[in-house]
This record gives sequence, structure tokens and C-alpha cells, in this order.
Amino acid sequence: MSSKTLYDKIWDAHIAHEAEDGTCLLYIDRHLVHEVTSPQAFEGLRMAGRTVHAPDKTIAVPDHNVPTTPGRDVHIDNDESRIQVDALDKNARDFGVHYYPVSDIRQGIVHIVGPEQGWTLPGMTVVCGDSHTATHGAFGALAHGIGTSEVEHVLATQTLISKKSKNMKVEITGKLAPGVTAKDITLSVIGKTGTAGGTGYVIEYCGEAIRDLSMEGRMTVCNMAIEGGARAGLIAPDEKTFAYCMGRPHAPKGTQWEAALAWWKTLYSDDDAHWDKVITIRGEDIAPVVTWGTSPEDVLPITASVPAPEDFKGGKVDAAKRSLEYMGLTAGTPLNQIKIDTVFIGSCTNGRIEDLRAAAAILKGKKIAEGMRAMVVPGSGLVRAQAEEEGIAQVFIDAGFEWRLAGCSMCLAMNPDQLEPGERCAATSNRNFEGRQGRGGRTHLMSPAMAAAAAVTGHLTDVREMM
Amino acid sequence: MEKFEKLTGVAAPMDMINIDTDMIIPKNFLKTIKRTGLGVNLFDEMRYDDDRNERPDFVLNKPAYRNAEILIAGENFGCGSSREHAPWAIKDFGIRCVIAPSFADIFFNNCFKNGILPIPLPQDQVDILMKDAEKGENARITVDLENQVITTSDGEQIRFEVESFRKHCLMNGLDDIGLTLEKAASIDAFEAKAAQSRPWV
Repeated sequence: MSSKTLYDKIWDAHIAHEAEDGTCLLYIDRHLVHEVTSPQAFEGLRMAGRTVHAPDKTIAVPDHNVPTTPGRDVHIDNDESRIQVDALDKNARDFGVHYYPVSDIRQGIVHIVGPEQGWTLPGMTVVCGDSHTATHGAFGALAHGIGTSEVEHVLATQTLISKKSKNMKVEITGKLAPGVTAKDITLSVIGKTGTAGGTGYVIEYCGEAIRDLSMEGRMTVCNMAIEGGARAGLIAPDEKTFAYCMGRPHAPKGTQWEAALAWWKTLYSDDDAHWDKVITIRGEDIAPVVTWGTSPEDVLPITASVPAPEDFKGGKVDAAKRSLEYMGLTAGTPLNQIKIDTVFIGSCTNGRIEDLRAAAAILKGKKIAEGMRAMVVPGSGLVRAQAEEEGIAQVFIDAGFEWRLAGCSMCLAMNPDQLEPGERCAATSNRNFEGRQGRGGRTHLMSPAMAAAAAVTGHLTDVREMM
Repeated sequence: MEKFEKLTGVAAPMDMINIDTDMIIPKNFLKTIKRTGLGVNLFDEMRYDDDRNERPDFVLNKPAYRNAEILIAGENFGCGSSREHAPWAIKDFGIRCVIAPSFADIFFNNCFKNGILPIPLPQDQVDILMKDAEKGENARITVDLENQVITTSDGEQIRFEVESFRKHCLMNGLDDIGLTLEKAASIDAFEAKAAQSRPWV
């Protein structure tokens, strides 16, 4: 048998049909569904008189547009949001799929709920009508976002029409320095490859620095594979992965666990597997980073200064000019002098318990800067409950943060949590596009610890100075 | 799905890289449960000012391009989220073909599901089309899917590649789900086999 990458192995295990031109029907093990990209898909099923092929493999949860303030289980003020959530309620009920409504403590961001409940397991194919489905790749699953037409296709057939991507290896060698996190890894990779560097590829992240990460950290890394343009990002499962999965509500038990484990242990890239592209970064060279512009590739160490458009080439010169204007920044300004108005900690990138712990460690005994608006939005009801139990919630509240209910919130600002025009935000989310967090809002992406540091000082800050 | 065979129309030049899905259709318009009606909000934040007046300098607000059917853009078009609202808005506006040096993966897939033809071309060829598009409404470009050829207003011809299955579906307006359900036996067989080999799934 020829050598294979991890991606090759998962792909081969899921081909239900292959046409002569290589177009495959890829079997889907888990289909995650949320309220914003699914209504038209369910409507399409109804109009064609079709059913959900595998409701037991379909998991629905509202997250994108739900308010993060109390009372949302009784009433959602915004008519359009309410209609979408009501539609998901009805669709989940009518088609008999697994469902976590806002009244359920297990509700949260779909990419946090899936792993938490043991739906996401090594070697699976996982899709969702959301680009950050790449998160689940942390388990050694092939996971990626799909459009609404594809959501309908998966609902109806449990397969996806797909062609194989190329293999890309991103190796992070050695150890990370203190104050450097999974978020800094994933942003630094995008800074190096660009937002289109991964287009056409599935990335496997490997190397000592990746192995050293917790499952939470690995999810952060894979989450932003899409920002690098890749179809998916994944990490080979190991003892940490198995330990995380064991005992989760929907993980296998008993003899099935043993059988699953035996297969999962074969899920790694063979030593002599073929890679179409290889990127290597020394872990020691990664610094705490922030974004300065309106593309996730606009990454620099916090010790750097705002670049000038003429530092770039080609179409990026105009893009950088436009970014600086939108961001209200002047070339040459040290990044750590940029004043911020708001801090947002949360999202499928950094809304897990480890992220909240990292931010709370910086905030303990401190207060946020005067006039600062700061909010924490836990990734799920269970993360929220755990943070309350550990006393972390109180650290945030004492520091002056708002302690919210679970959801996507200000990451994409579809609910009432939005930036005002010109408002500048230190965010732990994944996109800094124009208008992403609210029309005219200005976003700087960074790790939870860096966001917490900025909340205290009132400007972008090197977290290493506070450790 | 609406068929795509041959299209002759005005091409709008948008010489920007990394045009993301938040630019194409901002999130406040994702709260619809329909696929139609999004054209008026295509590129909303670039197209309208804070008082909802059209910004006259935005390309699709210029008289020459108000009825554009083709869009010429910079690299990495459609990066960002998986929202199919992006191609829905493009289609609803009346654009059926987007030409750029490269596209984000999910957006590229989404186009084909909606009767839109995305064409990746080398930068120098996109530059030729960008210049042609800048001439305005008299410069009509033809996109011939069957022969895989683009013809500029000057008669210059540029060949393009497209996957055969996608071309077939687009030219015949075929519904993916119907095609896949014809292979239901293969799916059933796969499930029966997987139930043995990976029963925990």
C-alpha cells in the first residue's frame, strides 16, 4: 500500500462513489446546523418532498444571531432573528434532528458544542454551513464549511459532491516562548502564507509546538485554517485527543470505544507521504501578534509598528492604503500605542475554558481602563458554568467585564453586540474585515491574554510585560 | 437552477484584492429565510453612505455599470464566510459571471450551485479584461461556456478552464441533489459497510 497523509486516509475511508473525472460523493459522518445558513435548505427539502437522510447524524443549535443577554429563551426582540431561531426550532422538530435550543445549558457556538458533546471524533467527516467548521480538524477529523445548497444536499443525501484537495504540511517546531499561544501560531502562519496561501489545500499542522498544545489550543489553530484559504486544517489525533473524547456524551463506550481507538491510532501521516507544499516555522520565532489591517494576513508582532502601503507589492499596496484609512491608522505608529475602546473575548476561535482562564490570569486583581467597554461571551453554556464554578467569571466581573450568555456575538455582530462606527476593538475572534463587527467598526485580532492586557491598559499591549 | 450557456454583457471592473463575503453582503442581511431579494444590498457598505444614499463613485452605481452582468476583480475573491447569501446577492443583482485571478474555495463552490460561473484566470489576462471593462457600457464582453472562451470588446479571445462535471451541470441547469439521489444505491452500500467497520459513527 502506498504512503498516505492523514487527509488521504480520512478521504479514502469516506468515498461513497467516485466518477471518472475524480468527482466523489464524500460520506458525511456529522452535519452541524445553525439558524442562519439552514432555513433555505430545509425549505428546499420541503418543496421537493424530501426528508433528512440521517437525522441521527445531524445536530442543530442556534448561535449566530441569538442575543447574549438574559431572557432570550422567552423572547428575542429582533423580528428577523426570532424568525430564524423559530424556523430552526420547527425544522429540528419536524425533521427529528438532535437539537440544543437556547434554553438548554448545552447550547453554544456550534463548533464548541460539537466537540464538547462528543459528536466530533477522530477520523470523521464533519460539515456545517459555516466556514469555521475547520475547528473540528483538531481531532483529526476532515471538517470544513459548506454553502446552503450543500447543506441541503447533505441533509437529503448525507453526502457532499467533492473533489480532493492537495496536501499541505505546516510544521511548528520547538517550543513556544512564554506569553505565546495557539492564536499567535495560527495568526503567524496566515501572516506568512497570506489569506490565499492555503487555497486548494488541506493543511495538516504538526511539530512539537502543535503536539504541546491542549485540545482547546489545537481547535484555535485549526479554526483559522480557513483564514489562510485552506479547505480544512487538521491535526493527527494522539493521547490528548483520546483523553478529551473519552466519556463525552456521544463518544463510543465499552467495546465500541476499543474498536474506535484501534482505528484512531492508525490516523497519522506516513513518514514518506507526499506533500504538495510544506511550511516550517520555528516555535521560538513566534511572538505575541496583533492584526493592524482589514485582512487576517495583516499580522505583526506587538513590538512592531504600523506598516506603510509602500512596504507592500502588487494589489496589496492599494489594499493596505484602504486598510489604513479604514482603520484610522498612520504608518510608523508603534502598535502598542494604539488606543482601544472595546474588548471582546469569545467566539469559536477563543471562547473555550482555557481561553477564559488565560484572560482571567491577566485580569486577576485588576480593573479595565476607564471608559472601556469589555465583554466576555463564553462559547457554550457549559463553558460558562465551568468558568463560574472555577471563579473565573467573578474575576471578569470584578475587573469590569460584562459576563454574557453563550453565542457568536460580536465576532460577526449579527445580534445586538456590535461596534459603533469608528469604535476600535481588541478581539479574540477570527476576522477583521471592514464592517465585520459592526459598520465602521475597527478590529484588531489577538489572543485572549493579549485582549485582557489591552483591556487593562487601554491600548494594544505586549502581554509579556504583565506576566 | 438557471442554465448558463453564453453571456454577452457589460463587465464591471473592481480592481481590489481580497474582496470578502462581508463586503459582498454584510451580515445584517443574512437574517432572511429566502434566497431572493438580496441584490439591492450587494456590496451594501461600499455602495451606500450612512444615510442610505448611493455613493456615486462606487462602480455599480455608475450609469455605465448599473446593469453589469459580469464582474472583473482582484485575487482571492469571495474570501471569508461560507454564506451563500454572497452568490445569491450577486445573482439577484444580475451578475452571472465573476472573473478573478483566484477565488476562495467555498465561495467558488457556492457559485456553481446558483447558476453563476466563476472563472479563475492568470493575472495578466485578468488585467486585459479589467482594462476592457474600464471602457464602460460600450465594451461588452462575451463568455461562452460551451467553447470555454471569453471574447473582449476588441475581439481578443481568452480561453478558460472549467471542471467538466460543473460545466455539464451549469449548461443544463441540473439540480445536484437529483443527480446524487440517482446514486442512492452506492450511498446505501457505503452505509451498510460503515455500519460494520465504524459502528460508533
